[in-house]
Amino acid sequence: MERAARSRPAHLRPGRDRDRVFVRVLGATAALAAAAGACGGGRPPPPPAGPPVLAPAAAGALRSPDDFLAIADPAARSRALFLEISRVLTHPRCVNCHPADDSPRQGDDALRHDPPVARGPDGRGVPGLHCGSCHQDRNLDHARVPGAPDWHLAPATMAWLGVEPAAICLQLKDPARTGGKGLPAIAHHLEHDPLVAWGFAPGADRAAPPGSPAAVAALARAWIETGAHCPPPTATPAGGAP
Amino acid sequence: MTISLHVNGQAHDLDADPDMPLLWALRDLLGLTGTRYGCGEAHCGACTVHLDGRAVRACVTPLGRAAGRRVLTIEGLSPDGRHPLQAAWVELAVPQCGFCQAGQIMCAAALLAANPRPSDAEIDRSLAGNLCRCGTYTRIRAAVKKAAGTGGGP
Repeated sequence: MERAARSRPAHLRPGRDRDRVFVRVLGATAALAAAAGACGGGRPPPPPAGPPVLAPAAAGALRSPDDFLAIADPAARSRALFLEISRVLTHPRCVNCHPADDSPRQGDDALRHDPPVARGPDGRGVPGLHCGSCHQDRNLDHARVPGAPDWHLAPATMAWLGVEPAAICLQLKDPARTGGKGLPAIAHHLEHDPLVAWGFAPGADRAAPPGSPAAVAALARAWIETGAHCPPPTATPAGGAP
Repeated sequence: MTISLHVNGQAHDLDADPDMPLLWALRDLLGLTGTRYGCGEAHCGACTVHLDGRAVRACVTPLGRAAGRRVLTIEGLSPDGRHPLQAAWVELAVPQCGFCQAGQIMCAAALLAANPRPSDAEIDRSLAGNLCRCGTYTRIRAAVKKAAGTGGGP
């Protein structure tokens, strides 16, 4: 278990590391603002406001767009919204089918798919071993085989496995890498695609990402409405109960 | 519930639960025992059959998915057991214990139907999910190439 935890990217590690990074990113902005105010005149500086404190997310839930209204600056709010979305996008149920190479992953430690299937020309496997050879249109709990309609891999241009939230954000804003999907189409995909819906109801003993398709789509729309800004390269989401 | 399907060219109406694995229907209801039960979890490929020409694992394919569709098992691959893959299998004496071989042949048949002259790498990729506890993989690959007319001599 320790080995598995160490091998995860920083943004996938639970708890304090994530919190610290998030606070540092938002805190830097607040510190600059406080310093600027302190130079403005003879009055004593106001007590440091500190970064907006977001309410902790409930267990298994995402924060709602309203939870981010405490961040007054739309661009900063947009960045924070994306980091919240990234709690879903970087979850094993999502990244396992968003690899850069030809092998899907499985489990919470991104083990290579067993049996050793290949991506194939259209992301749906190869003759004799298509995804649909085993995966049905629904979970098959008696055999622990996950399933949803049209089970397949995301294009390699949309690789998320091992990718930081900031890089995923830039990727989502690049139609050349999203198959021409614009941002509204991506929000629609999050809310209505059967494979995304599967991630939130993965069956057997597989862990689900926080929230729901509707909740992550609402965050995506709020992110788009606030300018679809991307977080800094090292930013990771604020901690929430898993 | 009555489920209609075509197996090896014959129409059947089965009174069965649509969630029953296709493998049980083939073996227990239709007596087609050439398709093997291996792992029951889609890990080994011993139960490979074709559904409308594509290879599927019968142990995890609900019978309802096959309703109104064409199922092909090893018994129906050729009328006289002389499909090029079967002939190559015999000529090169591929099987050892033989348990997995029906699944291997059905997977290879799906490959050759889509890609009549596969490379070694393509054969390996397509058959990667068909396990052989006896380790006959090199003979399997040679037989596929022989059936494809691209090599595979003894």
